[in-house]
Amino acid sequence: MSDATLPRLLMQNVERLGDRVALREKDFGIWQTVTWRQFGEHVRAFALGLRALGLQRDDKVAIIGDNRPEWLYAELAAQAIGGASVGVYQDSVAEEVKYVLEAAEARVIVVEDQEQVDKIIEIWPELHNVLKVIYYEPKGMRGYREPYLAHFPDIEELGRAYDREHPGLFEAELARGQPDDVAILSTTSGTTGTPKLAMLSHRNLISQGAGLLAVDPLGPEDEFVSFLPLAWVGEQMITVAAGLQCGFTINFPESASTVQENIREIGPRVMFSPPRIWENMLSQVQVKIQDSTRLKRAVYEWAITQGYAMADARFSGTPPGPGLRLRYGLARLLVFEQLKDHLGLRFLKRAYTGGAALGPDVFRFYHALGVNLKQVYGQTESSGLSVIHRDGQIKFQTVGTPLPATEIRVAENGEILVKSPSVFSGYYKNPQATAEVLHDGWLHSGDAGYFDEDGQLIVIDRAKDVMTLHDGTRFSPQFIENKLKFSPFIKEAVVFGGDWPFVTAMINIDFANVGKWAESRQISYTTYTDLAQKPQVYALIRKDVERTNADLPQAARIKRFLLLHKELDADDGELTRTRKVRRRLVAQRYDEIVDALYGDQGELELETTITYQDGRMALIKTRLRVEEMDQAPPTAEHQPARLVAR
Amino acid sequence: MAGRNGATLPEPQMVIDGVSLSFGGVRALSEISFNVYPGTIQAIIGPNGAGKTSLLNCISGLYRPQEGQIRFEGRNIIGLAPHQIARLGIARSFQNIELFRHMTVVDNLMLGRHVHMHSGVLSGGLYWGRAQREEIAHRELVEQVIDLLEIQAIRKKTVGALSYGLQKRVELGRALAMSPRLLLLDEPMAGMNSEEKEDMARFILDISEEQRTTIVLIEHDMGVVMDISDNVAVLEFGLLIAYGTPDEVKANPRVIDAYLGREHAA
Repeated sequence: MSDATLPRLLMQNVERLGDRVALREKDFGIWQTVTWRQFGEHVRAFALGLRALGLQRDDKVAIIGDNRPEWLYAELAAQAIGGASVGVYQDSVAEEVKYVLEAAEARVIVVEDQEQVDKIIEIWPELHNVLKVIYYEPKGMRGYREPYLAHFPDIEELGRAYDREHPGLFEAELARGQPDDVAILSTTSGTTGTPKLAMLSHRNLISQGAGLLAVDPLGPEDEFVSFLPLAWVGEQMITVAAGLQCGFTINFPESASTVQENIREIGPRVMFSPPRIWENMLSQVQVKIQDSTRLKRAVYEWAITQGYAMADARFSGTPPGPGLRLRYGLARLLVFEQLKDHLGLRFLKRAYTGGAALGPDVFRFYHALGVNLKQVYGQTESSGLSVIHRDGQIKFQTVGTPLPATEIRVAENGEILVKSPSVFSGYYKNPQATAEVLHDGWLHSGDAGYFDEDGQLIVIDRAKDVMTLHDGTRFSPQFIENKLKFSPFIKEAVVFGGDWPFVTAMINIDFANVGKWAESRQISYTTYTDLAQKPQVYALIRKDVERTNADLPQAARIKRFLLLHKELDADDGELTRTRKVRRRLVAQRYDEIVDALYGDQGELELETTITYQDGRMALIKTRLRVEEMDQAPPTAEHQPARLVAR
Repeated sequence: MAGRNGATLPEPQMVIDGVSLSFGGVRALSEISFNVYPGTIQAIIGPNGAGKTSLLNCISGLYRPQEGQIRFEGRNIIGLAPHQIARLGIARSFQNIELFRHMTVVDNLMLGRHVHMHSGVLSGGLYWGRAQREEIAHRELVEQVIDLLEIQAIRKKTVGALSYGLQKRVELGRALAMSPRLLLLDEPMAGMNSEEKEDMARFILDISEEQRTTIVLIEHDMGVVMDISDNVAVLEFGLLIAYGTPDEVKANPRVIDAYLGREHAA
């Protein structure tokens, strides 16, 4: 395994698994299959096609598009001839695409469809040294005449011809690959600035996948649905790094809007998703239950209570009594099995959440259903993950224990340090940034954390985000935000407090769920802005803030909140492409709002210019109300686990 | 009058030749004549009551004009019943949605394939032999339409439960499922917001490009018409007052009059 590269692993699978199904893609309403043998043939053909175009070793191939077999063909093809791939988030605007392409010095750009091609054409005059732009979905492409465009199968055909002229070349190139060659450039999420490109080698990724599989084995009979952007390191880690080693079947959904349905059809055995996906699924359940009949609601309430009791018993390590076991069995039979079936979670061996902190309430919910959900912790720079929950040792406030061959240390200042074969060698062409995070092989994560009494790691938050409250306690804003987001009515929340005398929150309502709630109460509204400023909606969210406050110590309680007039959006740079809030940028952009939260005027007149997708601008005037919470001090006996302070 | 791809004038696919239509004393159309060329997007515009929908109804066989001819691929289709015209390869969508609300999207689209189904009552009833093979072939075609219009997620939803914009898209899909050579669209974007309109415009262009289907559409949104059409016919009070490329039509003084209501003296 020590000399393995990703494309060599693929070729081993071709030998070992041949005609077993490697990939499945739903197209024209039918799950179309690709065997390992076909997978290998596509990679070979495309690799030689790239070579025929003039791609050299160490050249980079950028890939932009939804998850499709071609995405993996392109990545592994680039690697097979000594290149590296760089994934670009498919919803990036042209400017962001340009940034990544330039930073990575991409020589070939593989894109999905017309939408992405149009972005490339827009920025084409500013790109240099690009050999070809290759698309794999030809719809709408008939009229395009740009000489640098090519259709994916045509490049494969070119590769097959090249193969006939240069027999043995593919094998030779494959053999030249070294484990320490860069396999992918992975964009960091960039919550604090523009994304950087982390160089991850074959060894980094393979040791990562091997570590995960050593803890939680998977095999060729297992199913996995790949629906999160392959540009994200987490998806790379499980789909490519672990997938090629265990040989499970990778399923690609039909379209972004059919993901839920397709997951249900496949019934995956393993899932890896960021908190957002788990939160959304939970919201869906909460909303549907509210809409259902009184009897069903009562049965659900009873069942979930049993589920929570069972989950808490397991978390605390006390064996559940026979009464609880009986009641839980009944709850499973009546509710949980059906619920899991609807969500597509029925056949899950285990599921992971990572990329950001998941609120403990959401975590408990899945364990109540009997979903073996585990926290993982890691970052792009350590190939995705380095710490993971072990079966039977799951505590919702921790992220588990280090993977095999991984060392974790907490520095004097509370920062989490990581050393492992999966830690990257540096940022691409950015030695300065590299020097800031890598010291003697230790990766400085920038996260604050500590080990609990069982040796499990507790991650507090980004070290820079940890707030020191006015009474001196240190506190994680993310913890409060996650508590708020447990409500199906709250989509996003940004909590302020560190530099101010008390804690406040800026809240984004969930348009769909609050809209539905308003309709069922005959509250009429026009737009998001209008709905967010309804007094009834303020009252609704106020209840969620009260619920959140009840679990918080006095000093961390939200004193004032405000419902924002627009949704935070990645296109406006307020969220990263992995949907994390860019806290600092938001605080700057909405400084008026922050001032209002800490001022005494109780409301705020706001003028914002918005740019529509077609470039038109409009000026919107809104009045935002600041809601004041009562400060009657209920005793905070229930101390939350993620409260810091050592 | 050349098509978007710069070709010289080919044989027209449809010739509208001196068509006049009256309802009692009201003259809805007076001697309308123009050609529709294969593979183009032909817009028909005009103020309310100009006779646009009447003309479309004449083509699809719902109205029978008193004078003139409409020749589709060389054959006069006036006097043919709507189902006969449909069988010739002319499909249409309606201004007001005319779908089976209680059926699924797939079933509505499969109905669009009805003109092409040939198996008899017996084999159809037993779903055996030819009927089964036919059904699979038709379903495959329907899936291509679903893919083209990006309605995978609503494939099995009941039409009545869909939003207006999606219903319009399904209606377009049903017309498309007929594999027509000429597609008549009556205000495909009416009542849509600007995002839905943009999507619809893209689908119409895709249909035109991917399937080379000739499209005749009535539309009020001038921006859309001028963006996507190859040729525009302008009607006013039942008369054809202008015909040409979008640029020619935009510059035509009579069109400016009709749209801005300027005095003729000016």
